[in-house]
Amino acid sequence: MNSELFGVIVTFLVSVALAIPLGKYMANVYSGKKTFLDFLFNGIENFFYKLSGINAQEALSWRQNLYAFLVLNLVWFIYGFVVLNFQTSLPLNPDHIAPDALSPIAAFNTTISFLANCNIQNYTGTTQLTYFSQIFVLSFFQFVTSAAGLAIGVLIFKSVVNRSTNNLGNFYYYFVRSCTRILFPICLVVAILLMWQGVPMTFKDHGTIKTLEGVVQTVARGPVAGFLAIKQIGVNGGGWFGPNSAHPFENPTYFTNTIELISIFLIPMAFVFAFGFFVNQKKFAAMIFGVMTFGTLLLLVPSLFFESKGNTSIDKKIGVAQVHGSTEGVETRFGALSTSFWAITTTAVSNGSENGAIDSLHPITITSALLAMMINALFGGAGVGFMYYYMFIIISIFVAGLMVGRSPEFMGKKIEAKEMKIAVIVILLHPLLILVPTALTTFVYSLNTDAYQHAWFINHGYHTFTEILYAYSSSTANNGSAMGGVNYGLDYWNMTTAIVILLSRYIPIIGAVAVAGSLATKKYIPTSAGTLAVDSATFSVIVFSIMVIVAALSFFPALVLGPFAEFFTCH
Amino acid sequence: MKETAMFTRDQLKEAMKEAVIKFHPFKMLSNPVMFTVEVGSMIMLIITLLSGISAHKADVGILGPFGFNLAVTIILIATVYFANFAEAIAEAKGKAQANSLRQSREDTPAKVLNKDGSITITSSALLKKGDVFVCSAGDPIPMDGEIIEGLATVDESAITGESAPVIRQSGGDKSSVTGGTKVLSDKIKVLVTVVQGQTFLDKMIALVEGADRKKTPNEIALLILLSGFTIMFILVTLTLYFFASYAHTNIYIASYLALFVCLIPTTIGGLLSAIGIAGMNRALKSNVIAKSGKAVETTGDVDTILLDKTGTITIGNRKATNFYPVNNVDKDYLVRRSVLSSMIDDTPEGKSIIELSGMDPLTFKVDNPRFIKFTAESKSSGVDYTDADGKQISIRKGAFDAMRKICMLAGNDFPPKLEEYVNLIASNGGTPLVVAENQKALGVIELQDIIKPGIQDRFLRLRNMGVRTVMVTGDNPLTAKYIATKAGVDDYIAEAKPEDKLAYIKKEQMGGKLVAMMGDGTNDAPALAQADIGVAMNNGTQAAKEAANMVDLDNDPTKLIEIIEVGKQLLMTRGALTTFSISNDVAKYFAIVPALFLATVPSLATLNIMHLHSASTAILSAVIFNALIIPALIPLALKGVTYRPIGAVELLRRNFLIYGIGGIIVPFIGIKLIDMILTYFI
Repeated sequence: MNSELFGVIVTFLVSVALAIPLGKYMANVYSGKKTFLDFLFNGIENFFYKLSGINAQEALSWRQNLYAFLVLNLVWFIYGFVVLNFQTSLPLNPDHIAPDALSPIAAFNTTISFLANCNIQNYTGTTQLTYFSQIFVLSFFQFVTSAAGLAIGVLIFKSVVNRSTNNLGNFYYYFVRSCTRILFPICLVVAILLMWQGVPMTFKDHGTIKTLEGVVQTVARGPVAGFLAIKQIGVNGGGWFGPNSAHPFENPTYFTNTIELISIFLIPMAFVFAFGFFVNQKKFAAMIFGVMTFGTLLLLVPSLFFESKGNTSIDKKIGVAQVHGSTEGVETRFGALSTSFWAITTTAVSNGSENGAIDSLHPITITSALLAMMINALFGGAGVGFMYYYMFIIISIFVAGLMVGRSPEFMGKKIEAKEMKIAVIVILLHPLLILVPTALTTFVYSLNTDAYQHAWFINHGYHTFTEILYAYSSSTANNGSAMGGVNYGLDYWNMTTAIVILLSRYIPIIGAVAVAGSLATKKYIPTSAGTLAVDSATFSVIVFSIMVIVAALSFFPALVLGPFAEFFTCH
Repeated sequence: MKETAMFTRDQLKEAMKEAVIKFHPFKMLSNPVMFTVEVGSMIMLIITLLSGISAHKADVGILGPFGFNLAVTIILIATVYFANFAEAIAEAKGKAQANSLRQSREDTPAKVLNKDGSITITSSALLKKGDVFVCSAGDPIPMDGEIIEGLATVDESAITGESAPVIRQSGGDKSSVTGGTKVLSDKIKVLVTVVQGQTFLDKMIALVEGADRKKTPNEIALLILLSGFTIMFILVTLTLYFFASYAHTNIYIASYLALFVCLIPTTIGGLLSAIGIAGMNRALKSNVIAKSGKAVETTGDVDTILLDKTGTITIGNRKATNFYPVNNVDKDYLVRRSVLSSMIDDTPEGKSIIELSGMDPLTFKVDNPRFIKFTAESKSSGVDYTDADGKQISIRKGAFDAMRKICMLAGNDFPPKLEEYVNLIASNGGTPLVVAENQKALGVIELQDIIKPGIQDRFLRLRNMGVRTVMVTGDNPLTAKYIATKAGVDDYIAEAKPEDKLAYIKKEQMGGKLVAMMGDGTNDAPALAQADIGVAMNNGTQAAKEAANMVDLDNDPTKLIEIIEVGKQLLMTRGALTTFSISNDVAKYFAIVPALFLATVPSLATLNIMHLHSASTAILSAVIFNALIIPALIPLALKGVTYRPIGAVELLRRNFLIYGIGGIIVPFIGIKLIDMILTYFI
């Protein structure tokens, strides 16, 4: 158990150690400074810019940038939806996936979910998707939507630096550079490491083996290593195989498990540091990192504690002590602690991949995972995690700014009614998109309890309630992990989750960019002794408190009825 | 304006009545938080009636038992009432303050000058804009106006509390008079410049009374945040209904509403307008009339203030501090001659010379004195007379250049020692006055600016608040620099012309700074208008007063410092109570949520960390606490959170500890106590 804990700590520390230099590199990439890959990509990028007629050096307003983002997303959506619906007419289908394997509604859900960097997987990759769809839709989306999220984040960076101007930088510039100079090289390294550890990378169809019992079994495979790298690095989480990173081909060893965990943390962590380097506010970035880490630890420590104890009821009732902790739904090659560490990591960072069954985790671990998604700003998604944190800063600075007797200002820009309105809508949307669909689902369920119990769920009671809450929390946080125990492939779930994902991806981005645009145009107010320093520890405590009280507490009743009820009933 | 108690019995009575009137839904709409509570209490009223009718049924369903409903209804109505009362008492206090100012000017007889030159006596209340009235010695001035003819000494103590009479005369910067003051000598003709009911005071009263009160941008932003919370908790409460049905739990409508009202920020929502009015009241209490609530609030953000040197940083005018004789002249001789030259010099400088000498010029024997007044050309003044020996004596005192010319022209040398003294005095920030008898230099008088005692501390306090002070003076740069350093201001504008002020303000504003200034003269008007906060002196010209956002009745140039603190207090009180209100939710969640599910999920009793007696006492305790905290915090809302110039982060830490952490702890204790009391009675 101690060596397991040691593994958790080392993984985290290595992530931080890698994230700091990466953050510096990212800041250089975004601010157009010389980097070591310029020789390779300058020419390629310019070729594509010429081809598409985009002037990536042009300064764009927030509206123009947002327009670029939204149009690009629309084009991607049409492309993805069409390809998924006609995938069997396209090449690279060695496993002969049937034309009706993926219903249009499932295709819709999958397109939306990957477009939104959510990667909720209501399908099974190996039986419902062709290699072509997996590579040219899903993997492609994993690259570009992650890069688009990062580019949105950089627009926010720009709003801090720029003064009295419409200029928020150029979305295309940040987007393309994110793909070429950040995601691609890191993914290359990660993919090679994974291949070395035995992750398959082949275009051949599934293999067959004869088991010891003499049964012939098919073994799915494919170009997994490349897919896997961007799945983790791009904060996506959608796996090649149904069981995600619990599958031996997707995560064969403890070493790959560690690499994948680090890959999950890497970009969102580095992005916080990139902010510090980009706006030259390293202390502020360190404070943000501190709050995010503290929040993550607060969720992680109780989870590790309870998982290491295992299910105490088993011990009490039938006298089986669980020396290895809670091992139900846990892959033995990773262990209980690594699994719960992954569960918290994948939800704090809006990744959504899994290396075990979340459904089997301790109620406290599930509560922590839920809270991580409900706050969605503890590292969070690529670029968008920082964006949510930025919204919390706006709200916190307003309350804290008042408390020091000055009209609130962030980095010398006054926070006024307009910014407040948008920030409140963005923050409010989060509980709305989680609570309302959860309420709707319990209502629909109550209309015909027996039928829906049979069709939708494996479990019942509090646990099922937690599963419903989890499904919409994961959708809203654009996380993509799932608790299982629910028949997600059904149209009801495909449709409702797709709508939630859609709204929770685009409305906050539109809002945050609008706030960024508004702040960039503002006159800069120089700091004085009366100005609240945002890089102070006190302010960070306030941001954290606002996150807990506003985001977490509005879910208190729901959590009480779900995991808390389960926890207290068992104990 | 003395005030001992927080509010008087009359104010209390009036506020209690007003609070009932404020239940009008249209009036409530301007405050979305309290409006939802009012809607909630109306719903509860209906529910109570329905539950009363169906009281005989065994299963009460979501309607709930009558007694519980009645209790919740009463508490919710009380919550709204307390919020209304907070606003009403703040208004009542403001009115009382404004009225006592207004009283002095009501119904005084006015001598209106008719076109034909005759005089009609009417009531001041009947004066119209454009009327001309006459005031002689002993007459009260019936209305604000501008002197068009004459000069008079006026007692303005009724408004300013300053007992020394001031001179007011037509033309120039001292031509405006205020209603309620009294003419002590001479006679003036005054043109009424304001419309009845539109004087600055009237405007302020309207602001305080609420009819004219517009929400400030900051208040609007805060209301958006509070409305956001309200919507969020509507959501939490509504969805809870479905969650509860899933868990087969029956929750009374009263419990839902209680949860909702407890969670929404009623504390700050209920006190918000009281805080705003109280801010205006505090400004009024320090005898400053603000033209809008926004002006008071903006002062809290001021980065730079422009202050005139004379009267603000230094006491009135220069004072003589030393005599330096030259050419072996006896010091006493120089002093006597200086006193003689200043015998009827009624400039403050002249008076100060006599004061310093300690002599009485009337005891001097002079014949046929002829006094020469100071003119811009001669740059000197003095006296010609025949002394006891019958000798013609001519004494002059004046600026160094002018006096040197007089002496040189007469063929007398100008001693280099004297020049040494002159330079020494100038470099020490003083002004040298050369004294000569019959065109022969006797020595130098040193005039010094006297820096107001305690002004350094005030500037230090401003610096700690993050406010830069800039001294504006007509002095030469050398003198200006000396005084600036000595007084501890951050910057100065020397040899300032009115347009220099304007340019400086514009430059600061370009850099994103918020600038405040005080002024009185007509030529200050453009700068007052340009400044983000312009404070005009009440004895300033009408033009200056029109251009400013505030008028200081005391004519006290350091008043800006006080107003800045009032502005900061206003914002801080809002922030502190918002934090307190939000922090309170933690305890309320722990009181109510376990109580709601106690029947169906008994294991949740573990979450009842306060060990409240029962589900219904838990819910009632939480709503009662929520209601009672409003009146409990009224004194704080009216008084304001104290501002301390200890730096922003330190201030934040302090307020966060008191109102944030305190806001989490207090309701745990409060709810537990109320629960214990309720348990005792049930």
